[in-house]
Amino acid sequence: MVLVIAEQRNGTLNRASWEAIAAGQQLAAGSPVTVAVAGAGSEQAAKELAAADVAGVIAVTGAQVEHYTADGWVAAHAAVVASVAPQWVVLPHTYQTRDFAPALAVKLDRALVTDCTGIKTVDGKPAFTRPMYQGKLAADVRPLGEAPWLVTFQIGAFRGDQAKRGASPANTRMDATVEAAAIRQVPEEPFQEARQAVDLSEAERIVAVGRGIKGPEHLPLAQALAEALHAEVAASRPICDSGWLPMERQIGSSGQTVAPKLYVAVGISGAIQHVVGMKGARTIVAINKDAEAPIFEVADYGYVGDLFEFLPALTAELKK
Amino acid sequence: MVQTLSPMKIAVCIKQVPTREWQPRLADDGRSIREQDASWELNEPDAYALEEALRLREAHGGEVVVCTAGPARAAMVLREALARGADRAIHIEDAALGHADAMAVGAVLAEACGGEAFDLILTGLQSDDQGYAQTGVVLAARLGLPHATIIMDVKIDGGRLRVKRELEGGWFQWVGMPLPAVLTIQSGINQLRYATLKGIMAAKKKEIRKAAPSAPVTPRVEILSLYVPQKSKRTEIVSGGPAEAAAALVKKLREDARVI
Repeated sequence: MVLVIAEQRNGTLNRASWEAIAAGQQLAAGSPVTVAVAGAGSEQAAKELAAADVAGVIAVTGAQVEHYTADGWVAAHAAVVASVAPQWVVLPHTYQTRDFAPALAVKLDRALVTDCTGIKTVDGKPAFTRPMYQGKLAADVRPLGEAPWLVTFQIGAFRGDQAKRGASPANTRMDATVEAAAIRQVPEEPFQEARQAVDLSEAERIVAVGRGIKGPEHLPLAQALAEALHAEVAASRPICDSGWLPMERQIGSSGQTVAPKLYVAVGISGAIQHVVGMKGARTIVAINKDAEAPIFEVADYGYVGDLFEFLPALTAELKK
Repeated sequence: MVQTLSPMKIAVCIKQVPTREWQPRLADDGRSIREQDASWELNEPDAYALEEALRLREAHGGEVVVCTAGPARAAMVLREALARGADRAIHIEDAALGHADAMAVGAVLAEACGGEAFDLILTGLQSDDQGYAQTGVVLAARLGLPHATIIMDVKIDGGRLRVKRELEGGWFQWVGMPLPAVLTIQSGINQLRYATLKGIMAAKKKEIRKAAPSAPVTPRVEILSLYVPQKSKRTEIVSGGPAEAAAALVKKLREDARVI
């Protein structure tokens, strides 16, 4: 039996929920899957989730789980786990999951494996593949101790459209009986810092720079290449953190997700937080001095060498 | 209105990880890295957590205590943190902590922090080695303290905390909570300072208290195998000098990929 904890806001499902269901179905290997979804709008989200080939969908409601808080989610989901009694608890590795799942694991006194990208069978039992050392290595791991074991899956590791559908499961509602005093966080309304002045998701071509560019004085090299390619300039997180380019040009889990025709990654190592934002690009070019950089795992074309020599040569070639 | 500032006792939990430039080499057991080949540094998100603690101390007064759970080699990052301005350090030393999972490390840190009555505990949102992104939250749950994660701003007023949580896709949210509390800090929350020569000299006189876990470190996750990941795509590498490689790449992008 697998319990999937889905995520929604105001009735709109986070698309990673379907990916978690796909992962949960694979892990269940035919045994029943139950999906739980909490918060204001959960009953509406539950109707959408009822399209899945699962045994049941539980909308977790109540005054203390209207809005997300870590304390509220831990208490409510501990009660769901107690009631469903699953072998496995599967979650998408979203920022919200990262905020409450480790505390849920401590409350249940069970093991939690985070950021998994696949499920394997090793010695007849499930094992999980996950990146380690910034994606330079991968590991097959197994949670220890007693069931249930908690597992989170990286966004994009499973395809939501491949979640099996069509069992018309039983939809139930569960009241989260959480004391108001037990919730210590007081959340305010989510907001966007500034309206996205640059919508990189519409760009056909993107030249993105990473730490390899070394300093803001070298940005004109990337800007010249972008001009020659009729591309937008973007960056990995450290570049925006350093203030070399504005935050609105950041690609990755904390920035924008893009799928251009052409993505040129300049001096970007390819940490997973960046790759999740750009791996949907049709053609990826990686320019990096390190032949072992994880960015080459997703690149179609690569140049291994000094970007300070290569960028001017590439720009000149395009202008010919 | 006169605002009274009460001094803060702040802990920062930090970790020593292989440097970003480190080329991974696997140990013969196929489940760990060859540590003797690695060079080490302070986990980057933890450096931002330390900086945030130093800024809070500058604003409110008080003390910054850095804490690590690791083998003997991890003392290096404590000395670095002391040189950057932390007041004292706690080193929970155990060889098994070098490759322990977040659940195990969180339990050990909770034991060390439990007796200190910290007002605030900060740590990076995840480590650049195992990257579980769990330790801070496990620590909070173990100590029974409220927490918030992936924090981009910290405000303290009248014994309450108001922090800016980063959500996905450019969204944020302010969250209030009482002190004491645990926060996991996102990279980029501030501009880092580096150790000065004066700081390095001053650090030599600062205390590093050693402690040992009271019970054997119990793993909750087993690494069955560690390996270089398989490529999901076949990358065509353009070779030659810069001009030659650039010409080859442009030809491929025009004629094969047809994206320019």
